[in-house]
Amino acid sequence: MSLINSVPESLVTAKLDEVLNWTRKSSVWYMLFGLACCAIEMMQTGGPRSDLDRFGAVPRATPRVSDLIIVSGTLTLKMALRTKLLYEQMPDPKYVISMGSCANCGGLFQLAYSVCDGVDKVIPVDVYVPGCPPRPEALTEGLLKLQDKISQERWLVRDPGTDSAAA
Amino acid sequence: MDIAEIHRRLRERLGNIVSPELKVADWSLCDVKPQSIVEVCAILRDEPELAFDCLSNLSGVDRKNDDTIEVYYHLFSYRHRHRIALRAATPRPDPVLPTVSHLWPIANWLEREAFDLLGVNFTDHPDMRRILMPEDWVGHPLRKDFVEPEEYHGISTRRESLLKL
Repeated sequence: MSLINSVPESLVTAKLDEVLNWTRKSSVWYMLFGLACCAIEMMQTGGPRSDLDRFGAVPRATPRVSDLIIVSGTLTLKMALRTKLLYEQMPDPKYVISMGSCANCGGLFQLAYSVCDGVDKVIPVDVYVPGCPPRPEALTEGLLKLQDKISQERWLVRDPGTDSAAA
Repeated sequence: MDIAEIHRRLRERLGNIVSPELKVADWSLCDVKPQSIVEVCAILRDEPELAFDCLSNLSGVDRKNDDTIEVYYHLFSYRHRHRIALRAATPRPDPVLPTVSHLWPIANWLEREAFDLLGVNFTDHPDMRRILMPEDWVGHPLRKDFVEPEEYHGISTRRESLLKL
């Protein structure tokens, strides 16, 4: 008789990695970081109609407890250094969603002297959401993409090919 | 009071400090000697029949060919519903103007903007710092000879055109 038949039916077996990732991806707390008009769409996404809460993502007011920063809006050079500071204050593991054309590449303002042409010049970006601004559905999909990415990470198994444990 | 009358009164009172009326687009404009701008503005604001209580805008233009920087003051009176523009030209290598921020508090930020983007120094301004660009930025972006730096704190200011990727 195998072990699986000897435990009660109320037990579920799973891989530890997947359980860890399932808990992590189901509580992605994002930092409120509205820079421009995209922030209005981000508020809509967090609001009742689009309801990002149902994926476990709730807004936080401080980087110290956040898992995710949604860079929503035009990033000026003046703000770029502050963005980096905020990102560095977030505890690992941390993720970045670049929301909208401006955060992706500078967008409409990429030739302006005061604008940083994309947040990926300052901090590493996990998911790019295109749009000007993206609709709440698009940002929601961005979060789902990020959840896919989180669920594929392997924290416990060391990949023999590389030294780092994390994906 | 119509706008020509305002100009006439200013000339009468101040003489050559202000120029006769100039028409630029639909604005009525007059040149003011830069060192007298506070005196002129104070009259325009405090005279009951003029009562320019609102500084709608303060901006600058770089006239590189004339080697001057012009600063424009757009004034409006809520009481009399009339408006006027003043122009003060200041030498481009060392542009200096007295502040009017004690007359209209909004001038505080508008003058900081002119300082930030064109490098006009406003004497006796309570807080003459950059307002839009980072504090350690070098140069004034709206000057005609401004060259954008290659990078800022390690952030490159160039990006490959998306059409070429």
